[in-house]
Amino acid sequence: MLRLSQSAYASLRQHGEETYPHECCGVLLGRFDDDGAKTVGRVVRCFNTRADSPHNRYSINPRELIHIQREGRERGEDIVGFYHSHPDHPAQWSSTDLAEAHWFGCSYVITSVENGAAATTNSFQLVGTDEADKKFVDEKIEVI
Amino acid sequence: MPHIQIPSPLRQYSGKQASVDVPAKTVGEALAVLVSQHPDLKRHLYTEEGKLRTFVNVYVNDEDMRYLQKEATALNDGDTISIVPSIAGGSF
Repeated sequence: MLRLSQSAYASLRQHGEETYPHECCGVLLGRFDDDGAKTVGRVVRCFNTRADSPHNRYSINPRELIHIQREGRERGEDIVGFYHSHPDHPAQWSSTDLAEAHWFGCSYVITSVENGAAATTNSFQLVGTDEADKKFVDEKIEVI
Repeated sequence: MPHIQIPSPLRQYSGKQASVDVPAKTVGEALAVLVSQHPDLKRHLYTEEGKLRTFVNVYVNDEDMRYLQKEATALNDGDTISIVPSIAGGSF
């Protein structure tokens, strides 16, 4: 389960509207709870570096991620997931999303943005033991 | 001593440690020390041919080692090496 506040949930959905028709992306900082859930404390917006195809691709600069990770650790937060948008495309993971996912145990949140308006938001957890057996499983979002 | 920051998905293979001190003079040595101390990390960082996986980014402080001297990049006391699996995807 992925728990996040109403404002965090609204923020990541709004980000997708702001960057439409391009994909947005960002990092979810928070904690891994003892019950296996994750609680998001902050949503950090990132720059989509895929200038060659921003309407259907996203990528986060590792340097930006290091800065976010460092800042998070100073606050006692960890990277628990990521989010991006699918402009005029369903909020389901794609083969590209799976191939490019490497953060096991983390959440990958996808928001479909239809004609500029955020529609469905789904979360998927990357599970598995290595690249060969990895898969996404549906994950419940709890807005608190 | 330099230290290596371990990202959350790999901590299950590093004894749950978020940071590992490594007595090493170069990035290559540091990574070798890391996988010798935590052998389960090896297959997540390297291919069967022994090459660093393409999606594994290694930064020395704020610099990508690929734009420094790669594995031969010299380390100083207190340097931070970050292992950062890439974050990317797309709608189809």
